[in-house]
Amino acid sequence: MSVSRPLPHDAAALHATGRARYIDDIPVPADCLHLAFGTAPIARGRITAMDLSAVRAAPGVVEVWAAGDLVHNPDCSPSAHDEPLLSDGTIHYAGQPLFLVVADTHLAARKAARLARLELAEETPILGVDEALAANSRFEDGPRIYAKGDVDAALARAPHVIEGRIEMGGQEHFYLEGQAALALPQEGGDMIVQSSTQHPTEIQHKVADALGLPMNAVRVEVRRMGGGFGGKESQGNALAIACALVAARTGRPARMRYDRDDDFTITGKRHDLRVDYRVGFDSDGRLLAVDFTHFMRCGWSMDLSLPVADRAMLHADNAYDLPAARITSHRLRTNHQSATAFRGFGGPQGMVGIERVMDHVAHALGRDPLEVRRLNYYPEARVEGAGASGGSIFEAKMGGRLETADLAGRGAMKVKPTSGRSSRYGGAHSPVPVAARDGVTPYGMKVEDFILHGMTDRLADSCDYAGRRAAIAAWNAANPVLKRGIALTPVKFGISFTLTHLNQAGALVHVYQDGSIHMNHGGTEMGQGLFQKVAQVAASRFGVEMDRVKITATDTAKVPNTSATAASSGSDLNGMAVKAACDEIRARIAAVVAPELQADPAEVVFADGMVRAGGAEMPFEEAVKRTYMARVSLSATGFYRTPKIEWDRIAGRGRPFFYFAYGAACSEVVIDTLTGENRILRTDILHDAGASLNPALDIGQIEGGFVQGAGWLTTEELVWDDKGRLRTHAPSTYKIPACSDRPDVFNVALWDGANREDTIYRSKAVGEPPFMLGISVLMALSDACAACGPHYPDLQAPATAEAVLAAVDRARGAP
Amino acid sequence: MSTRFLLNGEPQAADVPPTTTLLDWLRETRRLTGTKEGCNEGDCGACTVMVTDRDGTARALNACILFLPQLEGRAVRTVEGIAGPDGTLHPVQQAMIDHHGSQCGFCTPGFVVSMAVAHLNGRRDHDDQLAGNLCRCTGYAPIVRAAEAAADAPVPGWMRADAEKLRDPSFIFPQIRPSGATAPARPTSSDELAAWYEAHPDATLIAGATDVGLWVTKALRELSPVAFLNNCADLRGIVADQEIIRIGAMTPLTELGAFLADRHPSFAELIRRYGSVQVRNAATVGGNIANGSPIGDSPPALIALGATLHLRKGDTRRTLPLEDFFLAYGKQDRAPGEFVEAVTVPIQPDRLACYKLSKRFDQDISAVCGCFNLAVEDGTVTAARIAFGGMAGTPKRATEVEQALVGRPWTEATVVAAQAGFAEDFTPLSDMRASAGYRLRAAQGMLMRYFRETRGEAVSVLEVRA
Repeated sequence: MSVSRPLPHDAAALHATGRARYIDDIPVPADCLHLAFGTAPIARGRITAMDLSAVRAAPGVVEVWAAGDLVHNPDCSPSAHDEPLLSDGTIHYAGQPLFLVVADTHLAARKAARLARLELAEETPILGVDEALAANSRFEDGPRIYAKGDVDAALARAPHVIEGRIEMGGQEHFYLEGQAALALPQEGGDMIVQSSTQHPTEIQHKVADALGLPMNAVRVEVRRMGGGFGGKESQGNALAIACALVAARTGRPARMRYDRDDDFTITGKRHDLRVDYRVGFDSDGRLLAVDFTHFMRCGWSMDLSLPVADRAMLHADNAYDLPAARITSHRLRTNHQSATAFRGFGGPQGMVGIERVMDHVAHALGRDPLEVRRLNYYPEARVEGAGASGGSIFEAKMGGRLETADLAGRGAMKVKPTSGRSSRYGGAHSPVPVAARDGVTPYGMKVEDFILHGMTDRLADSCDYAGRRAAIAAWNAANPVLKRGIALTPVKFGISFTLTHLNQAGALVHVYQDGSIHMNHGGTEMGQGLFQKVAQVAASRFGVEMDRVKITATDTAKVPNTSATAASSGSDLNGMAVKAACDEIRARIAAVVAPELQADPAEVVFADGMVRAGGAEMPFEEAVKRTYMARVSLSATGFYRTPKIEWDRIAGRGRPFFYFAYGAACSEVVIDTLTGENRILRTDILHDAGASLNPALDIGQIEGGFVQGAGWLTTEELVWDDKGRLRTHAPSTYKIPACSDRPDVFNVALWDGANREDTIYRSKAVGEPPFMLGISVLMALSDACAACGPHYPDLQAPATAEAVLAAVDRARGAP
Repeated sequence: MSTRFLLNGEPQAADVPPTTTLLDWLRETRRLTGTKEGCNEGDCGACTVMVTDRDGTARALNACILFLPQLEGRAVRTVEGIAGPDGTLHPVQQAMIDHHGSQCGFCTPGFVVSMAVAHLNGRRDHDDQLAGNLCRCTGYAPIVRAAEAAADAPVPGWMRADAEKLRDPSFIFPQIRPSGATAPARPTSSDELAAWYEAHPDATLIAGATDVGLWVTKALRELSPVAFLNNCADLRGIVADQEIIRIGAMTPLTELGAFLADRHPSFAELIRRYGSVQVRNAATVGGNIANGSPIGDSPPALIALGATLHLRKGDTRRTLPLEDFFLAYGKQDRAPGEFVEAVTVPIQPDRLACYKLSKRFDQDISAVCGCFNLAVEDGTVTAARIAFGGMAGTPKRATEVEQALVGRPWTEATVVAAQAGFAEDFTPLSDMRASAGYRLRAAQGMLMRYFRETRGEAVSVLEVRA
């Protein structure tokens, strides 16, 4: 069976030979136009005059449009309709598109875009958390609060209470292929758009809206992206819309790609987050209550910030059973790029908060942080009852109404409170009283599949955590300049879109007369190997070799109304949809051939390229041929929707997740106490991908996710100046991990357990969860800093050399 | 004037404006789209190509900041030419497939070319060979596994074809008809360059183009006139006698690093972390000095070694201590039409220690680069040359610190006392790389590191192993 085999990526040979095509590689007619935005040089203000004559006169320029040149200025937002394609005169961030240049070449468009003469009325931008709070500049009316138990009372009673703050930076996606789109005008005003997007249906919807056409007039195709990581969930909208407008108006193909500096400057990044915490605990390190306050800078527009901030709250517990918890979340509107989806979607930020608390509590008690972590774990799931029903203990229904027709966007849900139950904005929250340490999350979902006790034991054993911790202490005692540190941290990540209706997927499968199979589904390929995994499902269902299954581009004309390939959901949703389609065709084939095999259709087996029943068999292609001859359809759609989930994001109650994916990482680092320079020496990972559909691809996600997560927390520092201009806008100044930054010793293993829930072949989602394994590096650095003195080092993220040196100073008690 | 070179084994003549990059020409004119644009500034390596010189040396270079005229008489091999003519995969391509070395695949062609060049040259220091190729998907582990797996495979014959053809005396590039395109100057000697530059003092000199390339691809400047110096053979190379090392201005950093490995290993280690393989193969010592960067990396080390700069204008030559060349931020002691011919360094016992501090170890511009060259006799500091990059508008000596050390016992107390001198010597800036306060602290820390290193203590995180 193809499933569970470690097959290479379906396009591996195309990648390695340079034949894999990305948007800018697609051959286009010679009259193709090329686009570039002219962007705002200031972070906040108004355009008082914009002279574009020099832009128009530049060589190669065909058209130049400002907002006033458009019949209507299209919206690019995936949520609140607050992102005009071109500035309407107001400037919200440095980098905002002000006008569009259409030229014969990419270079001509870029050159012309710098020739505008702008007169601007500059205003003081709102940049920092404190400035935004002072100005009450925020999304939603006030903070959102999720809570469990009586936090204030528990804190008042707790034997120990500490408080602190960690600020963690954002992160640039740095997909190697920048944003790109290509629009090809068709007869009758129809439009075909090729886009580097994780969300073809969103592109289709936004382009149709921009052109004033129904969605059926726009077809979007995506063969692959050169990386996405969430950065292509909504950030490609502007390019696709611009290309479609130009193509519609000129009748010529139009292509747009952002130069790397433009990509940094224009598009959104991971949200940074300030977490303030107050934690009460007993003398063993058992947490009694935690009070978190999240301050999230969302940038100038709403984009996907509300669900991102929600997911940060939903991961504020990580693996820990908190008797009482309150998470207060402020979503701040600032004059920056609009922060957007990025692998983990807020989850990593929330998780860093509680891991920091664990580290701080352990330090306060002088205990091994791993002991404190384990002490607070959720109870281990019982072994029996795989697939046992979950079900939240709260039956909550959405208390509001939809306000937008943009149903397929994750930011789409904007709920107007219609009942007192839902209006939990600010002020006092009345938490649902829950018994202490009951295995229920702060949002009321019972954790029923927890396996981190077993995983942690196995990892701590295999990486010799205890032995190495002792060896490190001895080494540190002998080395005055360099210090080592170690940390083992867990990951529990919730799987499902928290916007429940997005948890659906469709597929279209054809079997041709010759037995070859053509497969299409709503997921997009951004490098994660989704196409191969789903093809493995199809080949397994039909019992044929992989070479029978054709993998094709994602196409809104084949599978409609798709959700973004996001939230790690790609193979869970699309694998099941393809399975449903395959099984439908299988049943039809079985019905045709069963009489010939003198068997009941239910006994027909598809395996080894044969169709078998009752001791008789025929080749798959023969069975297909007979089905065709019998005038039975060999084409089917498949559909899937995730069961069991229900979620009220206003109340913060329900079961937002179908299941949890787990992982644990142990990292060892070394720091230089003279400069703060630091390095990862070794990382051991044990990760839960359920019954893996493809162990090689899953390990690839784990290794890559870990390194990306470690980069976020160490070298990747976004720096804006005091005028709100991004100073780190290219790889020369923004440093993602390079080859030598991966751990010297890097051991990755898969946990060999099946998903308790009925997912595709009992596998688990693997896209985002491993990213958070990188938190082990931050905690190991904290451990190394703590070896320098008696005080808590209070290490901030990213832990650049500068941040580490400051933490070393604090550990030593320097003022 | 056109540029003639081999492209995947076939002779080419490209007749284009002189600042056309190889990447744009490949992708837009030749529709060879395997070579990718990831950053257009030489930092990601997605556009890596193999370039072979007449002498048969094959190097990885970034096509995005390589101007076509730099290729005159050389051979280019893109990812489309890494597989054999019959489609047989190169061992590194097969290994990348077998070891799951690609995910999104966009960086993969650049990796494949870097790996194929390293394989051809027998290099197994994979982390260094691939430091100039960024991957955002894999975390690099499977790519390094692929490189290791392919290391012992024989070099395919077609990978040597370019060198063989260029070295074949019977091979001459086909003649083509010159067009009216603006011809860049291509002096072939220091004398020719001197005469031409004196007559065109406003011209831009292009050596490796790792800096000037960005003037074109990012600042979108029109450069005219330009001169390409890569044919000035007498400006390139290193010669040493009993007293002096002379480094020609056109010497690539790669060659300087190799030369220094035995004489000044810490300087060689600094150069190992200078840019990436692709950048060091292009960037020249002369360019690194003449562009006047306040960071520079090689200037602080050269200043600490007591280097002398050799400038030429027309037939007039002059010399000055390297530190005196840097007058202020963006201002050097160089007259219009004057150029760097060489830098010389006195032969001396190796006491040099170079410390590079950057956000990322490899391929990053220094926040602080500190270079220490102290003589200690009978426990007393007898001489000190300490120079820093990133601490001022120019590479600069720490004279107060030097004075606080010379004549004093080489002890921790002396070092602690001397650390105060940094605040006298430098008023660093805060920027995206580091704050002013941290830069000062780090400089002080580097002096202490130097002291402790001389005492045999472990001071480098790069040397610690799990």
